[in-house]
Amino acid sequence: MKLKTLLAATALSALASVSFAQDAVKIGMITTLSGPAGYLGTDVRDGFLLAIEEEGGTLGGVPVEVIVEDDGLKPENGRAIAERFLERDEVEIMTGVIFSNIAPVVAPLTLRAGRFYISPNSGPSQFAGKACHENYFVASWQNDTLHESAGIAASNLGYKNAYILAPNYQAGKDALAGFKRFFTGDIVEETYTQLGQTDYAAEIAKIRAAQPEMVFQFLPGGMGINFMKQYDQAGLRDEIPLVLAAPSADINILRAVGASMLGVQNTSHWNHDLDNPANIAFVASFEETYGRSPTVYASQGYDTARLISSALRATGGAVTADMDGFRAALRAADFEAVRGPFAFNTNNHPIQNWYSREVVEIDGEFRNRTTGIIVENHADAYVGECKM
Amino acid sequence: MTQLFFEQLLNGLQLGMFLFLVSAGLTLVFGFMNIINLAHGSLFMIGAYAVAVLTNLTGSFFVGLILSFPVVAAFALVIELLIIRPLYHRDHLDQVLATFGLILFFNEGVSIVFGRTPLFLNVPEALSGAIQITETFSYPLYRITIIAVGLMVAAILWFIIVKTRTGMRIRAGTTNPEMIRALGVNIQALNTTIFVVGALFAGLAGGLSGPLTSVEVGMGENLLILSFVCIVIGGIGSIRGALLGALTVGLVDTLGRAFLPDLLGQFLDPATANGIGAALSSMSVYLLMIIVLIFKPTGLFPVARAA
Repeated sequence: MKLKTLLAATALSALASVSFAQDAVKIGMITTLSGPAGYLGTDVRDGFLLAIEEEGGTLGGVPVEVIVEDDGLKPENGRAIAERFLERDEVEIMTGVIFSNIAPVVAPLTLRAGRFYISPNSGPSQFAGKACHENYFVASWQNDTLHESAGIAASNLGYKNAYILAPNYQAGKDALAGFKRFFTGDIVEETYTQLGQTDYAAEIAKIRAAQPEMVFQFLPGGMGINFMKQYDQAGLRDEIPLVLAAPSADINILRAVGASMLGVQNTSHWNHDLDNPANIAFVASFEETYGRSPTVYASQGYDTARLISSALRATGGAVTADMDGFRAALRAADFEAVRGPFAFNTNNHPIQNWYSREVVEIDGEFRNRTTGIIVENHADAYVGECKM
Repeated sequence: MTQLFFEQLLNGLQLGMFLFLVSAGLTLVFGFMNIINLAHGSLFMIGAYAVAVLTNLTGSFFVGLILSFPVVAAFALVIELLIIRPLYHRDHLDQVLATFGLILFFNEGVSIVFGRTPLFLNVPEALSGAIQITETFSYPLYRITIIAVGLMVAAILWFIIVKTRTGMRIRAGTTNPEMIRALGVNIQALNTTIFVVGALFAGLAGGLSGPLTSVEVGMGENLLILSFVCIVIGGIGSIRGALLGALTVGLVDTLGRAFLPDLLGQFLDPATANGIGAALSSMSVYLLMIIVLIFKPTGLFPVARAA
């Protein structure tokens, strides 16, 4: 399986350089490939390249060249790569950014240079509201909506109060604010933990003492894995249920935590079992090409590439040569998203459905099963502040 | 309330014991060999990965843990022979640079071999569940096990250092390395042994932490900083210092996180109290270190050193 993945990756990188043809549209991908969070960027990249491979090295019939670089989760790296991409490589489309501390560095540089910025993941609030821009698109979600959907789900499940916790940094604060925006119950207590914390015994003891009806946590990556293992160890999983947002329950986290996540409710805009033709084809194709199951990040990379494909097809390959045409084509979002219905709001952020999921065991593997739609055509809270 | 306080005390004790396992090796290597080994965190990670892989292969956590010892020892031996040995007489900056390079090397190595997805490792059946301490209060068995292992390691180390001839040499070497070499002790062999033993403690700590935390690339680095705080507070080179330093750090950190926000809430509005409490509690350990360094610059239990 490893070998197959390796071969596929080699084939894809060969393909990326073969499409060096004269009129190839250059796409710069600044993403996070190294460190514990490296799998996010890896999957965005692989999903993106898969779409290109399926179209025989093109997007919308237009040859494309993708240049991929790792930002190592450091904004200063993001800046250096962005400057190189824009000046030396003259990329016309910038994409790939995973984290909300990189986006505020890369996006303004790209927009000032008169190129298009299309996010496959991070959607920080400022760019959805006051700092919105006509050439800035988000193909994933506005950050808050991830947690808003969890808040709605918790209300729908009938919980009257919740204990909420997140790491003490901007995305953590946004997460709790997002959850509270639509949660109709009371907040028993709000706890901010340290970034990169490994031991959660103190917080878990406080939760036990507070006896809330449910717990919402936004502890991305390893922190969430630590918390879930210890929460189960303390015997609280059956006593006080959790409602989580998508980043806390992707397939890699389920695999690492195992049975301790069984039965956990969570929300997402995509799941591997969504029953639409585009998604069924994507999941099969991804598994065959890479020998592993796609994460939500892979689906976002794929959708981003398909969105660009639809716009390139409409303009016949013109990007910066026909800014208005390409922008209008992107706004139309004329493609079958693997997540289902997809449209752009006036601030170029998605209007989309959010689904509820439950962690179940299928053939000894822990997977999310879609249990229903929480909210249809959900828009973000900042769209009113965007004057474009 | 008293029960919550007692539980948090136990949590602090457990975190302290765990930090001691990591710090013990660090303080030995630093104190005796005068080597700053940033790669201690990598050995922690290697231990965790070895246990995870071997546990999944053999199906038993205990077998995995025991089989991980030779793996970690082999890594430590190679690191000592190839990297550390040429650095004994270089200054600390060179050691920091070389061992920092090792961190990068092992992090990338692990992600090439295992990928970036964290490995699965859960609490073994025999140690899962909780112990009923009072009628209304139970505590996870696995955390109690960590406390027990910490105490055991402390006892073994105390015995070796205080009661055996090797221990005598280690103490002598910490105090005056030139003299012990002049007396004909094979310091090279002793150095290698201490480095490997220190690595084994780090590996053991990593293996034990696997079921509670995420077995992932770079997992040892956060702990490395905390364990440096432990040994600086305790006094570098002293096992007793490492133990007391680790317990102090564990208790201050846990109790700070548990009670500071509530305490501040007595006289501030909840939102401010929460913010300041969270900030203060993540600083508490470092504040403690500053205070200790002001009043006792060599730590609470300094080792006597020849000038």
